[in-house]
Amino acid sequence: MVSDGPDTDTFTFETSGSTVEVTWSDRLQDFYEEFIYKPGLVAWDDRRTRIGAAIMSIYVLMGILGAWFYPAPESNQVERGLGPFETLSAPLGSTGSGEDVLGMVIHATPEMLIMVMSGGIFATGVAVLIGTVAGYKGGTVDRALTSFSDVAMSIPGLPLVMVLAVVFRPRDPVLIGVLLTINYWAGLGRSIRSQVLTLREESYVEASRTMGVSTSRILFKDIIPNLMPFVLVNFANAARYVVFASVGLYYLGVLPSSVDNWGLQLENAYSQEGALVGGEALYQLIAPMIAIMGIALGLILLAQGLDRVFNPRVRTRLAGESEATAGNEDRETNTEVNM
Amino acid sequence: MNNYYLKRTIRAVLTVWIVITVTFGMIRLLPGGPLEQLRGKLLRQGVSPSRVNAMIESYQNVRPNQSLPEQYYEYMTALLTGDMGQSFLQKEPVTAIIGDALPWTVFVMATSTLLIFLIAIVWGALMAYREGSTFDLASSSASILFAAMPFYVLGIVLIIVFGYQLELLPTSHRLSPDVEPGLSLLFVLDAIDHAILPIASMVLTGAGLQVLAMRGNAIQVLGSDFVRVARLRGLSDRRISVRYVARNAILPMYTGFLTLIGFNLGGSIILEQVFSYPGIGYYMFQALEARDYPLMMGIFLIITIALVLAVYIADLTYGLIDPRVKSGDSRETY
Repeated sequence: MVSDGPDTDTFTFETSGSTVEVTWSDRLQDFYEEFIYKPGLVAWDDRRTRIGAAIMSIYVLMGILGAWFYPAPESNQVERGLGPFETLSAPLGSTGSGEDVLGMVIHATPEMLIMVMSGGIFATGVAVLIGTVAGYKGGTVDRALTSFSDVAMSIPGLPLVMVLAVVFRPRDPVLIGVLLTINYWAGLGRSIRSQVLTLREESYVEASRTMGVSTSRILFKDIIPNLMPFVLVNFANAARYVVFASVGLYYLGVLPSSVDNWGLQLENAYSQEGALVGGEALYQLIAPMIAIMGIALGLILLAQGLDRVFNPRVRTRLAGESEATAGNEDRETNTEVNM
Repeated sequence: MNNYYLKRTIRAVLTVWIVITVTFGMIRLLPGGPLEQLRGKLLRQGVSPSRVNAMIESYQNVRPNQSLPEQYYEYMTALLTGDMGQSFLQKEPVTAIIGDALPWTVFVMATSTLLIFLIAIVWGALMAYREGSTFDLASSSASILFAAMPFYVLGIVLIIVFGYQLELLPTSHRLSPDVEPGLSLLFVLDAIDHAILPIASMVLTGAGLQVLAMRGNAIQVLGSDFVRVARLRGLSDRRISVRYVARNAILPMYTGFLTLIGFNLGGSIILEQVFSYPGIGYYMFQALEARDYPLMMGIFLIITIALVLAVYIADLTYGLIDPRVKSGDSRETY
């Protein structure tokens, strides 16, 4: 992904006396093999990854096909106050104003997915950028970037987001995603920095440095690919945070109520339909709850499964046949005995 | 070493200063920001312009017709003397509202965080010890399921089940109306009674991921050389588990513990709204709704300072607890 920038030239290096040419497509292939295919295999081997991926594809399908084909919720589209499983026109029942509950769940999905993507990309992107540059460059650059992250980290996320949401009233899901993770990257940036601190002492990084390879190329070619599994894990975690925070803010009414969201549905069922007292409108509360917990579960399972790629005790299985895993070698030694 | 403490202290103070400046900027400089809005609102209510300035001044410690540096200076000096302005919603000084509400929020959040970590350490260690067993599998699955639930969703469920269906526990407020705050048994029991559901919703949803983290740490420690060497040396199991395994597995969680209290204070806005529990989060939300900027910024600052302090204490004490952590900067830079 990132490692193959605009540099289409070839470069050479010495391997036991002979000169080997590595072309751009070879490197693309290598990158795919070492950083996507092999970790992917390890991750896929884990049941959690598979279940998580299955759950997430349900949401993606629901967000794309469901929202396309299933009628959007409107007032009085079906009979008011239908219970669940009564008619096929509203399988999960309807609200007091005659809106189809299932339609509400489905039509909130696309925006949630966009929010989750934009929030995840923003948080991990900024974290990788700041973390790698700070960790690799060291010195004044490091001090400046670390202090910047420290300040960002010290501002409590949710209150800050709420203040900003009240002032700016954002409606665009991409913007909301970014706003929610406005300082989420900071903690992640710090942990990426500490990983880079060990990575930059690796022999192959040192070799690139001695050869006079530019800093940006070392970062993109040698350092960032090794961080990919960690970044993916944290992407999933950031995405889960976006789900929880956005639903919470919609529930409280801090974000504008013109957008479909499970949080609004919760709020509506809870405070207006009287789901809390009689228990009659409980089904209206349960549908969005399942939607929220489902997507969160999918993201946690993915993160946990991907985390296994990180887990040295599992990675040693591949270490024998792949030198790319050497990036983590020092953490892998002496652990296989315990397998 | 001392140099490190000094640097770290300066950084903490600097951070607080930056955050105060940012809040000042948000109030003063944002286009259509709070002061403009407040002025518009007051003018629409038919308040005379000169009176509007006087009101803004008392609310926010900002004199609208002064220059920006002067306003900034006044804002800072007022804050340093503990004056956070006047809430327009409650007609009370912001500091008084915070002073009344903060202990309750801290009580709920500190108890929750402490419980989360106790559960995580004990349960996670047990799971690691029996890695691969049915107990481990069941606990891991349960941890993941609980972590998939946002605390406010569990809060709503708890309110419905224990509050309305079973009528066992109060669903809102921090005390029953007839109980007076004081050092009586009745007061303590009533306060705990009202805090059980909020604490439960935080603990049950927050413990899952921490349990898994502790399990991971403990597994890693169990597999390391020094534990094997300790076994070979014939040390007792007790000594190994307490001195070697527990200590090394808990250490990475220590900083997390202090920072989590700070983060949870931020989460109190949603939690206290769900439970109508008048802590600082509850008032912060009220302030947000009413655009009561002095109260909003005051609480925002208090939560920030709590977080800065928590991280500061964590950083300072971590080195004392774990001597391997070298403080100071001796690295070579490129």
